[in-house]
Amino acid sequence: MFPAAFDYRAPASLDEALSVLAQQGDDAKVMAGGQSLIPLLKLRFAQPGLIVDIGRLRGMSGFARSDGWLTIGALTRHVDIERSHDLPRQLSLLPEAAHWIADPLVRNQGTIGGSICHADPQGDWGSVMLALDADFVARSSRGERVIHAAEFFQGPFTTSLGADEILTEIRVAATTKPSAGAYNKLERKVGDFATVAVAVQVELDGGKISKAGIGLTSVGPTNLKARQAEKALIGKEPTDANIAEAAKLAAQAAEPKDDVRGSADFKKDVVRVFVQRGLKTAVARAKEAKA
Amino acid sequence: MKVSIKVNGAERTGDVEPRVLLVDFLRSNLRQTGTHIGCDTTSCGACTVLLDGEPVKSCTLLTVQVDGRSITTVEGLASGATLSAVQAGFHEEHGLQCGFCTPGMMLVGTALLERNPDPTEDEIRWAISGNICRCTGYMNIVKAIQHAAKAKAATPVGAAAGGE
Repeated sequence: MFPAAFDYRAPASLDEALSVLAQQGDDAKVMAGGQSLIPLLKLRFAQPGLIVDIGRLRGMSGFARSDGWLTIGALTRHVDIERSHDLPRQLSLLPEAAHWIADPLVRNQGTIGGSICHADPQGDWGSVMLALDADFVARSSRGERVIHAAEFFQGPFTTSLGADEILTEIRVAATTKPSAGAYNKLERKVGDFATVAVAVQVELDGGKISKAGIGLTSVGPTNLKARQAEKALIGKEPTDANIAEAAKLAAQAAEPKDDVRGSADFKKDVVRVFVQRGLKTAVARAKEAKA
Repeated sequence: MKVSIKVNGAERTGDVEPRVLLVDFLRSNLRQTGTHIGCDTTSCGACTVLLDGEPVKSCTLLTVQVDGRSITTVEGLASGATLSAVQAGFHEEHGLQCGFCTPGMMLVGTALLERNPDPTEDEIRWAISGNICRCTGYMNIVKAIQHAAKAKAATPVGAAAGGE
């Protein structure tokens, strides 16, 4: 298999890439690592007239910390997050989830920004971003704007990013409070998409849950934020009963379909179990981080 | 488009359409057919090459993406008639049956030992988890990589590895 013909530009700078998109954005597709786009091109599900390859741009990968934020460059590869040892303990959800993405070879080439912009409802990063309430920084030749993760995912493979915009960085609040997350994923084999996966992040304040984020993978038209379940946890003690109630609400928020990976009912129940398991793990980790 | 890629240490140039996949450039343009085409859907790892030392799937890379970078294929593992430690490990431990996945498995093993000279069995199994052996000969593939790790540990840096 090989893609349909396209024009190709590898701009030398972000500004050059943005100016190409300002002129030809409607017919162009931005490529970072290519690990989601190239399969689509080969299957001819995507046939853009122009590929704008930003994969080798400098200064758009790695981590930075400032003013209570952790900033992740959009071109940071999955493997660099998986193997990062200098991330705050509170954000161990990031390397934990990275470890589950695709397979080791894809993780060597694929990027977090590319994966987020691909917006596959079966993708892992979307749920992690929803659980962490991340912000995305989008640049265009018109300027810069910040998009909340909860407003980014519009539908399957559809985001609120304009045709002339490029996601440049991801911002995650880096709290010093006892906070932790967990990623649980059920997959048939390494490299398969998730049957179901769940990202959770909790923050504790005086023995009660002060913040909760829950993102669901593969059970809807986008990665889903389980808002009712999150709300139900705020101000509560992390007891088994409270966690079980939130897990039930999250399962109700899931909209899975029957497919080769399992029935809709089965997947809803996996959501329930993973939210429960994830919250218990995250609470234990948060307490440990405090100690 | 003109591309210039270092393949197994030698500078190779070509003039390719942007849509030409790296695996096709290696096999058709450079006639380096050790890199195999298996599933063609980023699943099996038969097309594994090292990109600047790290394993990637060459069926899911455009040739133009690696312009100016360095590629190692299975043809680059041996030094003349001397097998690399990983190749010798596959020979000693019967690490292949039909041989189709072998180039990919050996490259993944090579990259793993560069990064982690003394991997656990679990780490080896994780490293090869993006590569499929349809003969299901995983036991001996793991043993082959373990054999290579031991051989490398016993060989002073710079000395030729492998052989009898």
